[in-house]
Amino acid sequence: MKQYSRIILYGDYGDREVAGSGGQDASHRDWPLWEVFIRSKQGLDHKHVGSLHAADAAMAIENARDVYTRRQEGVSIWVVESRYIHASNPDEAESLYDPANDKVYRHPTFYDLPDELTHM
Amino acid sequence: MNTESVAVTPEEHFQDKVNREVKIEPRDWMPEKYRQTLIRQISQHAHSEIVGMLPEGNWITRAPSLRRKATLIAKVQDEAGHGLYLYSAAETLGISRAEMIDQLHSGKAKYSSIFNYPTLNWADIGAIGWLVDGAAIMNQVPLCRTSYGPYARAMVRICKEESFHQRQGFEILLTLSKGTEAQRRMCQDAINRWWWPSIMMFGPSDDASPHTAQSMKWKIKRISNDELRQKFVDVIAEQVKILGMTLPDEALAWNEARGHYDFGTINWEEFWNVISGNGPCNRERIAARIAAHEEGAWVREAASAFAEKQRQRSGGKDEKAVA
Amino acid sequence: MISDKFLYTLFLADNALILGHRNSEWTGHGPNLEQDIAISNIALDLVGQARNLYQYAAEQYNNYRDELSGLITSPAFNQVQGPIDEDDLAYLRDVNEFRNNLLVEQPNGDWAKTILRQFLFSCYQQLLYERMKQSADLQLAAIAEKSLKEVLYHVRWSGEWVIRLGDGTEESKRRMQEAIASLWKFTGELFIAASFEKALASAPTAPAASTGAPGSPMETSLAGLVPAPESLKETWLEKVAGTFRLATLDMPANSWMQQGGKDCIHTEHLGFLLAEMQYLQRAYPGSEW
Repeated sequence: MKQYSRIILYGDYGDREVAGSGGQDASHRDWPLWEVFIRSKQGLDHKHVGSLHAADAAMAIENARDVYTRRQEGVSIWVVESRYIHASNPDEAESLYDPANDKVYRHPTFYDLPDELTHM
Repeated sequence: MNTESVAVTPEEHFQDKVNREVKIEPRDWMPEKYRQTLIRQISQHAHSEIVGMLPEGNWITRAPSLRRKATLIAKVQDEAGHGLYLYSAAETLGISRAEMIDQLHSGKAKYSSIFNYPTLNWADIGAIGWLVDGAAIMNQVPLCRTSYGPYARAMVRICKEESFHQRQGFEILLTLSKGTEAQRRMCQDAINRWWWPSIMMFGPSDDASPHTAQSMKWKIKRISNDELRQKFVDVIAEQVKILGMTLPDEALAWNEARGHYDFGTINWEEFWNVISGNGPCNRERIAARIAAHEEGAWVREAASAFAEKQRQRSGGKDEKAVA
Repeated sequence: MISDKFLYTLFLADNALILGHRNSEWTGHGPNLEQDIAISNIALDLVGQARNLYQYAAEQYNNYRDELSGLITSPAFNQVQGPIDEDDLAYLRDVNEFRNNLLVEQPNGDWAKTILRQFLFSCYQQLLYERMKQSADLQLAAIAEKSLKEVLYHVRWSGEWVIRLGDGTEESKRRMQEAIASLWKFTGELFIAASFEKALASAPTAPAASTGAPGSPMETSLAGLVPAPESLKETWLEKVAGTFRLATLDMPANSWMQQGGKDCIHTEHLGFLLAEMQYLQRAYPGSEW
């Protein structure tokens, strides 16, 4: 069952590169992959928008500007090399996230209050 | 408590998610075949965007006005962006862009056969925008709901950006159609040459399309080739009237009973020949891509070397992750 | 004076258009996708600047036709009926009526040459526009201010590439050094005033001129409209030398400089560029596109 779960993705690229990718020589290897996060306007969080290749951080930011903000999509850019992203394991999703299911008391609608009560 | 403890195979669990329209994300378990199919389809799509830059790029230096020049640069550049989004989506499946590009250059990977046709006059740029991008959009809109998350997200972005391409193309043809006699001839000539290849873009008809059934089940593909093609013909047959031009198909006629346009037989022999390398421009297209890639090799190498020097100068703080 | 300003506007526009055109030749052929997109963006910025400038030049031409019509003699241009527009100026003037610098018309060559050409020109354009945005001519000032934001990015982007390639591999350094050898001789004329620049720059640019002395006659405010090109040279050299130092590239020894672009005497390359660019407009005169 585990055999297919070694899919390589965000956070795993570094491992593969260290291990050597398919015997490609240096001149053939691509620039590293970077993940791009964009703040679409002041006051909002940076949001993941995609990835790109760049040789260094300065280039990654400029590439992100040219690739992902051609239509005024952003006011601020974060980039991080994909290999530095650590991700949770989807096989553990149930144990990680399901326990929150029965904690409905964390939501305001859990509490039954009279309709006359306002400003709350 | 929900206690459905019947042993389900990963495959069944996966199919159940797909059936419930839960998107599959990169780290989720997926059948190897699903992954391979996606890699094939997404990279093919990415290659089409990149090769597609060439026939239109041809006309950037000859665009007949500054406005047309600027909008054409923007459009062709968008295609580079779309190729990039798609390569990125495919990379989440564990293949590198370098590998995909190698597959394109070696001929192992295919791209849309339409880009093997030449752009011979300015109206071709209009016809490509209207017909080729039009067909592409019709193919792509359903893919915004495709089952693989990164692919669906890339398609949402692409569809949003592509909407100006088709309008730009139609506007070019509309201007020509209202122009001089020579311009009208240019316009009709381009439509004549691009019509059949554009309806071939939907791929072989359903009974000859080997992957359709499985792809539909996995919701990689959402609507069949023939269904999309019919929809396209219905739309274009109406739009061409606004241009005062005709489509080069004598069999084209409204069929009241079906509620659709009937159209003539597609020359599938031509289709398969163009796909397998016998189109008018196959060699030039791939040669141009290989040339760009090879001439860029020293540039990519130099940037990597410089980045490495910078890392060492900063005291190697930024060292490789522990294997 | 009116003709000087018209020629100056055309000179700025021609520089932007020709370099934008050259950069757009890369679209679809860049060293990788990301850089293909980057160079196309710069092409778009420059074509956009060119349009603003040609539109302004066309406005001047239409307003002062009697004074200006002798300045363009190309038969195709003179067949235009009624007011002219940006495209008439870009597509119907002959090669000996273009006033761009020789630097921008040089062929792309490899990525090193393209990058260097961009860097040398953008540094010049930055200094020029920084001064021009204070011009008493509000249109030129506005175009300079708007363009400056783009140009600052071009300087940064191309400067980083100069450093990367200069300090990258043996091969990239050699290619950069070759690019310098082939382009340096075209940088001299950037800082030598043509007659129309002399006329417009003959008084120092005075930011106060636009606001001060209400009712002052138009004629007096025309002088000092644009910076004297000689005054930009030293800062430009410092900027270039600083970047070359970081890039471990050698500054060329002061060598012979080619001139002529601003006076319409070009290298052979521009004629081919225009033949390609202008052909549709020329082959189908009077058509809408």
